[in-house]
Amino acid sequence: MASPLLKVLVQREDFDIAALQRDLLQGDHQEGAVAGFTGYVRAANEQRRLHTMELEHYPGMTERSIEEILSQAAARWPVLAATVVHRIGELCPGDQIVWVGVASAHREAAFEACEFVMDYLKTRAPFWKRELGDDGGRWVDARDSDDQRAARWHEGDAD
Amino acid sequence: MKVLFFARVREALDCPSLELTWSHELGSLDALQAHLCATGGERWTEVLGEDNMIRAVNQAVVEGDCPLADGDEVAFFPPVTGG
Repeated sequence: MASPLLKVLVQREDFDIAALQRDLLQGDHQEGAVAGFTGYVRAANEQRRLHTMELEHYPGMTERSIEEILSQAAARWPVLAATVVHRIGELCPGDQIVWVGVASAHREAAFEACEFVMDYLKTRAPFWKRELGDDGGRWVDARDSDDQRAARWHEGDAD
Repeated sequence: MKVLFFARVREALDCPSLELTWSHELGSLDALQAHLCATGGERWTEVLGEDNMIRAVNQAVVEGDCPLADGDEVAFFPPVTGG
C-alpha cells in the first residue's frame, strides 16, 4: 500500500468541508469510507454567553504535533488519507473551528481513526482558547474528561 | 537560546518570548527555569511553578528535566484547549 496522504492546515480562514473531503479521495477508488468530524464554536460555555473566541497556538509545534498524531493513526489503522484543518485567530459562535477527515477502505477504521485524531488533538496540539463574554475575557480550562477520552486509546500500550 | 511563553502564562508574565545566551549554568531545563525565577522574582516563580505547567524543548513536550544545548527552543505553556 502506498504511504497515506496526511495533511495539516492551520489557518485563519474558514474552510470548505466538501472540498476538503473531495481532496481526500485519490482517484483510484480504494476508499470505501470517509469519516469526518467538525467542531464549532458554541454560543455559550458553562452558562457564559460568548461574544468571540480567540485561538492562540504555538506556530511550528502545532503543525508538528498534529502530523505526529496523524502518523500514529496511520500506523494503527489502514488509513488511505487524512486531513486536519484547525483555525486560529478570532472566531464567533457558529464558526467552524476544526475538521478531521479520514479516508479508509472500510468504515470501522475511518470512524476509529477520526475519533483517535480528535481525542489526541484535544490533549496534545498546542492551541489555547480565550473566550470573550459579557463579563470580560477568560482562558478556557483544560478538561479532565478530554484527558480520559485520549487515555482510552493507549490503555494497555507499553508507553 | 529562545524561550517562549503562551496563553495564560504569556499573559501572566507579560512576556511572549526571551532570547538568552546559552551557558553551562543554563545547561538544563530545570536550571533555565531556576534562572528565570531568580531574575524574574516572585511573579515568575509563582507562574512557572504552577502544577500543570507544560514544558517543551524544540517543540516536543518534555516530562521532567532534560539537558539544553545552544540554539534550543524552550516553551512554557498551560494545558492545551484546542479542537
